[in-house]
Amino acid sequence: MTAPILSPAAISGRPAKAARRRPGRGGAAAGMRPGFLGYGLLVAALLGAILPLYWAFLIASGDSSSLNDVNLPWWPGGNFLENAIKVVSNDRVSFFKAVLNSLIVSTVVSASVVFFSTLAGYSFAKLRFRGKQSLFIFVIATTAVPTQLGVVPLFIVMSQLGWTGTLGAVIVPGLVTAFGVFWMTQYLSTALPDELIEAARVDGANMFKTFWYIGFPAARPAAAMLGLFTFIATWTNFFWPFIVLDPSNPTLPVALSQLQANYFVDYSLVLAGVLLATLPLLLLFIVAGRQLVAGIMQGAVKG
Amino acid sequence: MTTSSLPTAPAAASERSPRRIAFSSRLSRWDLKLSPYLYISPFFILFALVGLFPLVYTGYIALLKFDPILHTGTFVGFDNFVWVFQQRQFWIALRNTLTIFLLSAVPQIVVALAIAAVLDSNLKAKTFWRMGVLLPYIVMPVAVALIFSKLFSDDYGLVNHLLSFIGIAPIHWHTDTIPAQIAIATMVNFRWTGYNALILLAGMQAIPRDLYEQASIDGAGRFRRFFSITIPQLRPTLIFVIITATIGGLQIFDEPQLYDTGGLAGGSNQQWLTLTVYLHNVGWFQDGSFGRAAAVAWLLFLLIVLIGLINLAVTRRISNNENRRTS
Repeated sequence: MTAPILSPAAISGRPAKAARRRPGRGGAAAGMRPGFLGYGLLVAALLGAILPLYWAFLIASGDSSSLNDVNLPWWPGGNFLENAIKVVSNDRVSFFKAVLNSLIVSTVVSASVVFFSTLAGYSFAKLRFRGKQSLFIFVIATTAVPTQLGVVPLFIVMSQLGWTGTLGAVIVPGLVTAFGVFWMTQYLSTALPDELIEAARVDGANMFKTFWYIGFPAARPAAAMLGLFTFIATWTNFFWPFIVLDPSNPTLPVALSQLQANYFVDYSLVLAGVLLATLPLLLLFIVAGRQLVAGIMQGAVKG
Repeated sequence: MTTSSLPTAPAAASERSPRRIAFSSRLSRWDLKLSPYLYISPFFILFALVGLFPLVYTGYIALLKFDPILHTGTFVGFDNFVWVFQQRQFWIALRNTLTIFLLSAVPQIVVALAIAAVLDSNLKAKTFWRMGVLLPYIVMPVAVALIFSKLFSDDYGLVNHLLSFIGIAPIHWHTDTIPAQIAIATMVNFRWTGYNALILLAGMQAIPRDLYEQASIDGAGRFRRFFSITIPQLRPTLIFVIITATIGGLQIFDEPQLYDTGGLAGGSNQQWLTLTVYLHNVGWFQDGSFGRAAAVAWLLFLLIVLIGLINLAVTRRISNNENRRTS
């Protein structure tokens, strides 16, 4: 069925030589540059992506009257910093705490997903053991299971443990993903030559040393990609943190959800908070956007 | 593959006593045998605890009248399901979930296909455009909801303002059901269209170029080539995109929960109440009944499986037909 294709060259963000097309040969539009219609569509898509954010910035840099102003200026006003400071200095919003919490949760979850996925992926891709086939099929099957629907018992267990309101309640359910194991297995089975492992074994390295010094370094490009996507998914996750956390100790999305409902009537403040909260991932996007594009395209299916 | 014989290092072994060889080789045999299981066990144990167990346990809790304070339940059979089926709100939520899903998934995949096709052509500044369409993916859904709920404001919103230029009277994006659902679908499309376009683009690039060349020689035009080669060849990728869109789309929560933060989640008249928002209302808000919420969760799970299977069957059928036409 569905099998992501991961190739070492492409995952590092560079297109593989063979995949690079000779000029003048498009797909369905072979031999043509995209016409007026093609570029028009792309420009429209780009505007659709940027305009809502820009509009939010226009409101956030104005004052309380901007939202209802039909003759909104096309150029931002000068109040953004002032509005932003109002948001972060409001004690009840606990903005900095939310940023810190989101940072802790996303970092721990991605590190854990990357480590356990690489470990399991190495085993599935490179080691021989009884029941491997069926266990791996189980992993594939569970990638499609909507685990988010288990919130009711998860909440009951968390409150019995006394964990509700703590970051642990958000971190623990995210520690492993079936997708991560699948992704690392696919990558390692092509990227890591068996000869390397054999050589290490012949040299007398035990199993874990072989993994640590041969398997883990070889997995690095795919592991970085997995870490990046897990970080973004965790950072933007709302449903479960919203249920289990308290607004006094929130992650960033939970804090945002409270902005308008409980604290501000002035929407320029709400949107200033929204944009501030978007900033960290926007910076990540500027630094690693190329890798994100490559990662999505590598995770795509074929055959 | 890995060595099935024991790792032997003759030079070192000859210096050691025979007993030690026996011991260390036994140790290394265990190492070889157990390590694979040891490495996969953290995943399986953790996943069983936090992924699988809660999902299965949901089915059990759905059969209980659960006391949220004492954490005990009494068995009530299918009473919770019967209760859920009797709720008008449940049926509204089911309908809304399906319409919002259709309003988002269908245009999203059509537009993503078009964008992917343009990105797949001989384009200048490829990386720029690819990154450009992906930008909304890094905006969290909560932020998207807060921005779009004001863009789609009923009276002074920017969308209504722009529509007034082409002579369209203000639309009640919050009070009216279909406009509200279009607004929510727009938020989903905003975040995921570019992402899906990139997946489809990767699928398109894997199509053998010879196919296009031959079709060109046979006189097939651009659109003919797209519908007779690209779409059928893209089948596995399309199925993947549609299935993921289904699993995600039917569980939609963030956007409808925050579309109007002032009133009740889902709208004053349940205009955009979805099943997951309803689940949350039943479990944590109005009713505070975990048993009933679990029943909703279980029904939603069944719905996802059902729609997933229908999708699979339909996609198979359509692309099979197209394959037949081309051959």
